[in-house]
Amino acid sequence: MNDSIVSLVDKYHLIAAFAVVGLTMYIAYWLSRHLTAGRLHGSAIAIIIGLALAYVGGVSTGGSKGLSDVTLFSGLGLMGGGMLRDLAIIATAYGVRFQEIKKAGLRGVIALFLGVLVSFVAGAAVAIGFGYTDPVDITTIAAGAVTYIVGPVTGATLGASSEVIALSIAAGLVKSILTMIATPLTARLIGLDNPRSAMIFGGLIGTTSGVAAGLAATDARLVPYGAMTATFYTGLGILLAPTVLFLAVRAIF
Amino acid sequence: MVIYGVALLAGCMLAGLIIGDVLGQMLGIDANLGGVGIAMLLLIFVTGYLKDRGKLPETTESGINFWNAMYIPIVVAMAASQNVAAAFSGGMVAILAGVLAVVLGLALVPVLTGKKVDDASPLESAPTTPSGH
Repeated sequence: MNDSIVSLVDKYHLIAAFAVVGLTMYIAYWLSRHLTAGRLHGSAIAIIIGLALAYVGGVSTGGSKGLSDVTLFSGLGLMGGGMLRDLAIIATAYGVRFQEIKKAGLRGVIALFLGVLVSFVAGAAVAIGFGYTDPVDITTIAAGAVTYIVGPVTGATLGASSEVIALSIAAGLVKSILTMIATPLTARLIGLDNPRSAMIFGGLIGTTSGVAAGLAATDARLVPYGAMTATFYTGLGILLAPTVLFLAVRAIF
Repeated sequence: MVIYGVALLAGCMLAGLIIGDVLGQMLGIDANLGGVGIAMLLLIFVTGYLKDRGKLPETTESGINFWNAMYIPIVVAMAASQNVAAAFSGGMVAILAGVLAVVLGLALVPVLTGKKVDDASPLESAPTTPSGH
């Protein structure tokens, strides 16, 4: 009986994921209303619950895809994977006014370059502080602080060791997860309540999953603006980190 | 028909991703350069064009709006499939590098936004609130 239920849920994994996420959202919005009186947004709580479940799933299975490594919840990987996530992000652009994007366009581009540079320098400074002296190691860890995709791509290009590449992925994951949690908490402080600051935020932080979830937890209407700039960030990082930024690091060390 | 909206969305996504891919190849990087962002712009232009001509009936719209409304649930599923365990097992180097990058990035948002934000508040005119309140 139990086995047949498990195999049924496994077979219809995406449908099971819809049900699980729906239940999670219901609980999260209930908690938001009754425990925080609406001060912490329901979606923020839902994302935090998701991250907590991902931690439990990762620790219990040793896999790399959070809760979706647990057989019963494998549909979460498809539902929250890149394909549907990007489709939904694009859908949020429906109804966006192009003038808003044009108005903040230049600042958004500046934010992109500055964002990659600042994250890289932050990562490099920490790597140097922990005693790394090889320019390849420093660049790889620094690239990880850009995003968890830029890190391993840069490391592979430069021929970094697998431990350093793993470290760079971890740095990017910390950035992404912290962005999801810290964005709704600091939004008011940094003026994240209009399309312009959302575009700048997307450019400065850049890690798509972090920006996507962080803005969703703050105000879903800001998502298209932040996502718009953030989607250029990883590409720009991959362009700059193994080339210009690596040469700069090598010139210094 | 609802599928027209979904197909329009899918078409914009594919076109954007192809352009992003070509851009990446032109710059010699193994990555899609802004394909999703380009797709968003395509969707804004195409739906704007169709709407102006009255060629975007409500049923077509609802095909796009459904995915718009699914955004937050999808993000929750994404959060649940993150490698959170690896993030915390990376040690202090990884944690500090990630934390510092986020703190500096967030701190720079008001610096780049500047003081004059009164011209940037169209939020009340947003067509949908995906979270459903």
